[in-house]
Amino acid sequence: MQIYLPIAEVSVNAFLLLGLGGIVGILSGMFGVGGGFLMTPLLFFIGIPPAVAVATEANQIVASSFSGVLAHFKRKTVDLRMGTVLLVGGLFGAALGVMVFNYLKAQGQVDLLVKLCYVVFLGVIGGLMFVESLSAIRNTKRGKAPKRKKHNWIHGLPFKMRFRVSGLYISVIPPLVVGVAVGILAAIMGVGGGFIMVPAMIYLLGMPTKVVVGTSLFQIIFVTAFTTMLHATTNFTVDIVLAVLLLVGGVVGAQIGTRIGIRMKAEQLRILLAIMVLVVCGKLALELLLQPAELYSIGTGGH
Amino acid sequence: MRALLGIVLGLMMLATAAGAKEEVVLGLSRNTISITTNFDGSEILVFGAVKRETPIPEGAPLEVIVTVAGPSHPVVVRRKEKRFGIWINTDAVEVDRAPSFYAINTSGPLDDILSAVEDQRHKITIPQAIRSVGAPQNITDAGAFTQSLIRIRKKSNLYQLNEGDVSIEEQTLFRTSVTLPAALTEGGYGTRIFLVRGGAIVAQYETVIDVRKVGMERWLFKLSREQSLLYGLLSLAIAIAAGWSASAVFGLLRR
Repeated sequence: MQIYLPIAEVSVNAFLLLGLGGIVGILSGMFGVGGGFLMTPLLFFIGIPPAVAVATEANQIVASSFSGVLAHFKRKTVDLRMGTVLLVGGLFGAALGVMVFNYLKAQGQVDLLVKLCYVVFLGVIGGLMFVESLSAIRNTKRGKAPKRKKHNWIHGLPFKMRFRVSGLYISVIPPLVVGVAVGILAAIMGVGGGFIMVPAMIYLLGMPTKVVVGTSLFQIIFVTAFTTMLHATTNFTVDIVLAVLLLVGGVVGAQIGTRIGIRMKAEQLRILLAIMVLVVCGKLALELLLQPAELYSIGTGGH
Repeated sequence: MRALLGIVLGLMMLATAAGAKEEVVLGLSRNTISITTNFDGSEILVFGAVKRETPIPEGAPLEVIVTVAGPSHPVVVRRKEKRFGIWINTDAVEVDRAPSFYAINTSGPLDDILSAVEDQRHKITIPQAIRSVGAPQNITDAGAFTQSLIRIRKKSNLYQLNEGDVSIEEQTLFRTSVTLPAALTEGGYGTRIFLVRGGAIVAQYETVIDVRKVGMERWLFKLSREQSLLYGLLSLAIAIAAGWSASAVFGLLRR
């Protein structure tokens, strides 16, 4: 069934969009990532104009994250306090990121920067997680107890705060910095930033994996809502029809994904996320390295 | 004053009489195209007749060219080059005006039936329909950029050259159909019909096909432009509601 999208001005198959939304939603619920880093390239691929894809994706992430976070709230796996601290940093970072984005857009190299960001961040994070979770799986097989609560320089910082749900007593500075960094990257890359946030929470802040997913989703809702409003009011590129099709699939998928995620072991969850991140990274890296079939591209003109 | 007006009018009538030995009488299967939610491309039947007071002229046979052009916009064509081992956009040429859609249907091979001079004057072929002036000085092969624009748009059926698609009967009746793809931009689609004899254009007719969004498509599009804040909030409200209802439904299913 073909549907004409009023803002994107293209006609696409509705079932294809529902299916894409569903698959990305499952992954989103499992790993606590918004799924934007998967969905945005997929939307480019089926012919949605990039500007519309990025803006609409932000709106869809709001829906799937909201659906996912409700499931986590029921299980009490959301650290509201930590989420709020991250969010404060995130909103600040997103505003900063939009300014950086607009500056680079004027320079004409924003596409390249976005792709390079994807390759570098996905590659580093995916690689680190993969190695770490692999060794964690080996250790549990050998019967060694996993090390927890490493004491490092982070515990020496001032402004300490107690995060009861996460079982942490740390300074608010690291979560704030993580929030700002993720906010900047989220705005530049047009994603929720969960794939950066989740590892940062696990490895930098030392939060337990079960709490990380819900807390990340909680923070993503607000950052992507903010991004959606920015895109809708300045670029007019949010396509509500596209968003509805994607999110119907997405919210259902997120519910299923959350339930799958709860049944799985933390290490397995992490290694799967790492593999997925590396696959997307590899695909984008190939696009940059191999000669494209079409050297020319058409953009909108008029300054 | 009145005498002068009379002379001018007289001259004009003379001019039209001299130029209008053959005239186009046109019919369109539809002169508005409504983009609805289930819009999936459209086909327009263009048909007509040649009206003449004198018998069919001797010599070169009558040929017909039909063009349909979507609204023109400036576009930027970028080219990738390998720098530091990766492919990045380097050179860019701004094309001042390029139609978002352009179709030419002819009754025969375009090169044979139309002279280059007439093509240039009336901007009929695809390269003529695109206006590109002033490429940056460091780009020596600006032509490659417009050619690529044409190639890319031809691939997605936005630019079409359908030679021999116009059928003519008895040098009087002609008909053709123009296929519009699903990815259409709103606006007036200028439709031109040229009667050609021996490479020269003997008569021309112009009309506009109106392509517009209707119903929900129109409402959403207008809302997004005129009440963007409201539109953004509406998008968010839908997202939150969908997220919540999915969660509620699954909660009930589990029980």
